[in-house]
Amino acid sequence: MITQLYELFIAPFAEFAFMQRALWGVIVLSISATPVGVFLTLRRMSLTGDAMAHAILPGAAIGFLVSGLSVTAMTIGGIVAGCVVALLAGMVARHSNAEEDSSLAAFYLLSLAVGVLIISSNGSNVDLLHVLFGSTLALNDDALVLLTIIATVSTLALAILYRPLVMECVDPHFFKTVSKLSAIAHYGFLLLVVLNLVAGFHALGTLMAVGLMILPAAIARFWSNRLGGMLCIAFFSAVISGYCGLFLSYHASLATSPAIVLVLGMLYIISLIFGRQGGLVFKNNS
Amino acid sequence: MFKKICSSSAVILGLTASATVMAEQKVAVISSFSILGDLVSEVGQEHVVVTNLVDVGDDAHVFNPTPQDAKAISKAQLVVINGLQFEGWMPRLIGAANYKGVQVIASNGIDVINTKEEHEHQDDEHEKHSDNGHDKHNDEEHEEHEEHEEHEEHEEHEGHEHGDTDPHAWHSIKNVKIYVHNIAEGLMQVDPKHRSEYQQNATNYIQKLDKLELKLTTQIASIPAAERKVITPHDAFGYFARDFNVTFLAPQGTSTEYEANAADVAALIKQIRHENVKAVFVENIADNRLIEQISRETNAKIGGKLYSDALSYSDKPAATYIQMMQYNVDTIVAALKN
Repeated sequence: MITQLYELFIAPFAEFAFMQRALWGVIVLSISATPVGVFLTLRRMSLTGDAMAHAILPGAAIGFLVSGLSVTAMTIGGIVAGCVVALLAGMVARHSNAEEDSSLAAFYLLSLAVGVLIISSNGSNVDLLHVLFGSTLALNDDALVLLTIIATVSTLALAILYRPLVMECVDPHFFKTVSKLSAIAHYGFLLLVVLNLVAGFHALGTLMAVGLMILPAAIARFWSNRLGGMLCIAFFSAVISGYCGLFLSYHASLATSPAIVLVLGMLYIISLIFGRQGGLVFKNNS
Repeated sequence: MFKKICSSSAVILGLTASATVMAEQKVAVISSFSILGDLVSEVGQEHVVVTNLVDVGDDAHVFNPTPQDAKAISKAQLVVINGLQFEGWMPRLIGAANYKGVQVIASNGIDVINTKEEHEHQDDEHEKHSDNGHDKHNDEEHEEHEEHEEHEEHEEHEGHEHGDTDPHAWHSIKNVKIYVHNIAEGLMQVDPKHRSEYQQNATNYIQKLDKLELKLTTQIASIPAAERKVITPHDAFGYFARDFNVTFLAPQGTSTEYEANAADVAALIKQIRHENVKAVFVENIADNRLIEQISRETNAKIGGKLYSDALSYSDKPAATYIQMMQYNVDTIVAALKN
């Protein structure tokens, strides 16, 4: 019995290093991306994550064209492109009449168009699509080191920004009037979003990385009212989904990144129905 | 059906086209990718100008055509494609360019590998080839060809990009001889003035291919049949495997478009460990990180780079089709000998 369970649940990871690496990548990403996702949802900026993921594209594409499938080049390119879009959108929003969402939408669409242009004008795309849709199973040493560094930096930075960010979530207008930290908190936070998306796109691909950031936060919202509780629940749901996604990918021959995000999606639907905080079942009873 | 329409329109347009061609003017030929382009220039020599849509070193599975490509096609007198659903983007591009000239499907008439019953099929083929030689070949080819055409029509309705057939037919020198024949036919239609030259060039080139085939077969024969097992990123070498009796395994399917999943990668690693495969190879067009990962987990070492779906630039070792085949065989033999 125990050997059967071992065969089923542990053996894939014990036997194959690529499974260990994939799991490591997902766990590290969960540590850094889920708290960022929680703050994003609390600030009603869930779709900002998606927009930023698209904004990264031209940077990654340029990095790819300059030095091939180099983790460093694509990371630097992605971070630069993401920061430029975030800064421009933020500045336009702060210094003009335009709302932040519309300016962000404008800049990310521009960025996305530039990215597609760069990719297609290079003639052909030697599986850049794989880069965009993720290669969880092909995480090499460089990528893992990079993921870990980004996770460390991101977690530390979030610890420093924690207080101002909470203030910003609770009452951004009040915070803006009483403290000069508001701008720092805002831009610092956007930088963290970009960092985590770039890390995520090495592990899951640009589009799926947003899933690992936002879905755990959305799940956590149904189970806890407290920030600490939400952060914990988000982290654990991301790790569990990462494991289950890899497990499914191994036993049921499914592509890895979508499998992980779909497990998250199922958890979300379960939470939506049975969640203690505003889930459908409990809402109707009370 | 499709072929009939194609050839009848080809005759009419071929005549009108050739009438307008000036005496010294070269025939403008579009080939879908670099390997076909090399074959066309071998047959056409100084009478043709060849443009490859998918350039040297790029991946034809995921190519995005531009308006320039459509423009080039609309000005061309001959379009040469591989067929077997290799260039899924090509019918749309030809439609968009409103090209109605001669179209050569180079793989017409070859002995097709069906990927669905790949394993049984491959084994059968091995025996056939080693036992019977070339004699029976033509009849079989004919039958298979007709089967295949029905197949193709059927699939076009369903809109598949890659069918149940393995399109990488140029890795068999036997097939490429048919390719050369088809290309020569197309050129003769478009440019009847140089008929005899095209015929002669094709014959010369096929002689070269014969020699190459003989040489490569002896080279491969120096490795015991049981040890001829190699890993490549995507399944491009089915025809090579059949001709030379080498077993190829790949984490991706026959197209680089497919996404690898954990189950397949794990199965492949188990197989490498179990069968004691000695070498894994990287390809010029594919994402090689997965292969590096597999190499790290097994005893198989990376044996070098194989050229699968594109030639190299002229400063690299696979600038022509013949060089490419020679280079691939050299690389495989060197890796397996150790």
